[in-house]
Amino acid sequence: MTSSFPEEVLEHVLSFLTSQTDRNAVSLVCKTWYETDRWCRNRIFVGNCYAVNPRILIRRFPDVKSIELKGKPHFADFNLVPEGWGGYVYPWVVELARAYPSLEEIRLKRMVVTDESLEMVAKSFNNFKVLVLSSCEGFSTDGLAAIAANCRNLRVLDLRECEVEDLSGHWLSHFPDSFTSLESLNMACLVSEVSFSALERLVARSPNLKTLKLNRTVPLEKLSTLLKRAPQLVDFGTGAYSAEFRPDVYSSLAGVFSACKNLKSLSGFWDVTPAYLPVINNVCSQLTSLNLSYATTQSPDLTKIVSQCCNLQRLVVLDYIEDTGLNTVSLSCKDLRELVVFPSDPFIGDVDVQLTEHGLVAVSEGCSKLHSILYFCRQMSNSALIQISKNCPNLTCFRLCIIEPRAPDYQTLEPLDTGFGSIVQNCQHLTRLSMSGLLTDRVFEYIGTYAKNLDMLSIAFAGDSDLGLHYVLSGCDRLRKLEIRDCPFGDKALLANASKLERMRSLWMSSCLVSFGACKLLGRKMPGLNVEVIDERENVNSIPEYAPVEKVYIYRTVSGQRFDAPDFVRIMGKDKDAVYNLS
Amino acid sequence: MDGRYSRKEEMHPQLLDLNHMITDERNWFAKKDDHNLGDEKKLELRLGPPGVEDWSVTDAHKNYKSSQKASHKRSAPAPVVGWPPIRSFRKNIASSSSKQAPVSDSQNAIVSNNEKMVKNCQKGFFVKINMNGVPIGRKVDLNAYDTYEKLSVAVDQLFRGLLAAQNDTSGVRINGNHEHEKPITGLLDGNGEYTLVYEDNEGDRMLVGDVPWHMFVSSVKRLRVIKSSEISNISRLGNKQEKSKV
Repeated sequence: MTSSFPEEVLEHVLSFLTSQTDRNAVSLVCKTWYETDRWCRNRIFVGNCYAVNPRILIRRFPDVKSIELKGKPHFADFNLVPEGWGGYVYPWVVELARAYPSLEEIRLKRMVVTDESLEMVAKSFNNFKVLVLSSCEGFSTDGLAAIAANCRNLRVLDLRECEVEDLSGHWLSHFPDSFTSLESLNMACLVSEVSFSALERLVARSPNLKTLKLNRTVPLEKLSTLLKRAPQLVDFGTGAYSAEFRPDVYSSLAGVFSACKNLKSLSGFWDVTPAYLPVINNVCSQLTSLNLSYATTQSPDLTKIVSQCCNLQRLVVLDYIEDTGLNTVSLSCKDLRELVVFPSDPFIGDVDVQLTEHGLVAVSEGCSKLHSILYFCRQMSNSALIQISKNCPNLTCFRLCIIEPRAPDYQTLEPLDTGFGSIVQNCQHLTRLSMSGLLTDRVFEYIGTYAKNLDMLSIAFAGDSDLGLHYVLSGCDRLRKLEIRDCPFGDKALLANASKLERMRSLWMSSCLVSFGACKLLGRKMPGLNVEVIDERENVNSIPEYAPVEKVYIYRTVSGQRFDAPDFVRIMGKDKDAVYNLS
Repeated sequence: MDGRYSRKEEMHPQLLDLNHMITDERNWFAKKDDHNLGDEKKLELRLGPPGVEDWSVTDAHKNYKSSQKASHKRSAPAPVVGWPPIRSFRKNIASSSSKQAPVSDSQNAIVSNNEKMVKNCQKGFFVKINMNGVPIGRKVDLNAYDTYEKLSVAVDQLFRGLLAAQNDTSGVRINGNHEHEKPITGLLDGNGEYTLVYEDNEGDRMLVGDVPWHMFVSSVKRLRVIKSSEISNISRLGNKQEKSKV
């Protein structure tokens, strides 16, 4: 086999495999294939930055052009991971700078990124092109200034929902006049005002600019000036979309929008003045993606817009759209693939907004291509869930959040077991599921039995006993990410399925019934796992072993335990000085 | 939860035998109906000072069971960390937007639209209102009005009967007999026997009617109907002519 055809041919064949999973699979075939893959793989994805370390990565893959790293667990988005837990990118950047001077792309998610790290990125990689920071924190606009000033070939600067210490908008002015390669700029999460003239000049000298997402401080009146400079835009995010109505501003804006023949995606619309919404009428039929989740206006205004978006594939909107608006979506947006409905007022029990399960059922009925749903609402029924499951057998992602924890079927007052059971039974391609409402162990039995393709599962305020967790861990063959909060799951199910944990990326359990003792035992017996007990109580060292921990985060790793953890994080069962050198 | 961990028992043999636990399916199903919490008594432990959330196993389990039985819908759910699962920058969308609503004379549609948004977001804003001479106070929903005139009418309706009852010393009151009831007028312009004042969020007593309505609603804490003769004790923000602007 090894002499049947030359390495160059094998390399060429493998170059067509771009998916990480495929690459991982081929590297396991034999030594030759492993070697060939490692020499020519230049896009790397690390789903958990603590599962591996830079040294191991660099030793295996000598030539990397693009790297993606993820840090904190998903529940960090909802403030469940305390500040200082970890996920620092700096140690990675130091090693990457040394090993891969021709690195071009860095994508980070939920990592702590310091200005120092950004400065190092800016100075270390001559051909740096793409920086995407998703839900990251720890840096200021000074770090952005360093990137702007030094990355001569930058194409993408994408800040998605980051927490940035916004010292000033001056960073944007650091892009030199000779800088013309910008293709994508997303600064929507920044707070400070940038110099508009600097922004305008930047846009004017970037002929390849396709994506531009402004922040809130760019006023509506200035939008036409910008859009005139970039009619080639494909993805545009407005700033604050409110102003006193003036016919001249309106017609100017409508005109420039009409000239954007390639526009496919719109977002922004903070504080929207409804009178200005119709300027986008002429582009609605072009749109495949529309994000109105900051557009705080009422259903009629929102409905008028979506009714014209006949080619829409992705809609993100507030519950202000109400059932009537979603009904219009179901009639007008026949190509819809993804629906996201956020709550406008998440902490009030009763609101005046008429958004119920009916809206979601309507969309499931009218939009046969729907495969991804994230829906916040205040009532749900088993019959609605069953209907949805029958209407959308091709669902891949179903995330339902009923705002009140443990809310039952509002019609029958029963648990929502059968409804979610129907989802997993009818939707055989489901890879991601988030559940809410009143749920017993029964629903987990359904999940373990039917959800064979499930990759990620999120559970909150559900279940009766360890049996529920046992069903999931023993039944869901493809499960890689499991996150649980406030459920009565404990040691028994966890320990009985310990080996399963090594076949998953990670397990998060907070406010459950897992004991210190079980965590210690698991950590000691499973060297391939880091069992992190995250517990901020002051008297944590005097708490008996049989008492439950606050939070535990378990993940597989070939890097051994980490040494950058704060004192409220204890890696259980490992000798503090030992470093596992498995590779 | 079925843990039986006491210091006296050897933990290791029971938990090490993972294979035994996996193959013994009967164990799982038998335990399904067994919610005997008797052994949990050993696990009771107060982990923090009294008053702090108790994380003993028994209590935690009890909480889950009892809330399963309760099928009530609370109107204001108790705040839970990280719930509902939305990012922090999405949390204040409704309230923060209403503050930035543009006020324009030319486009009434926009203004009323945004005011309606304010109302939608603040359902039922009740403040206490007391009246000199009336021992029992009332509550008024400021969200039900959008002008000072309407509030004034409401106050009149609230207290008219009560005031008449207080002043009627004859002791004879026939239901439906409103002969002795005098309408309470001039609450806002200083011309009536009574004047409407309020206490703002800084604790100061202010004359009602000086500032735009929405500004008043955002700073008022309670209302009071006082005798106009007592006004000299209260600070004025503007003169009488400007008060009628709404």
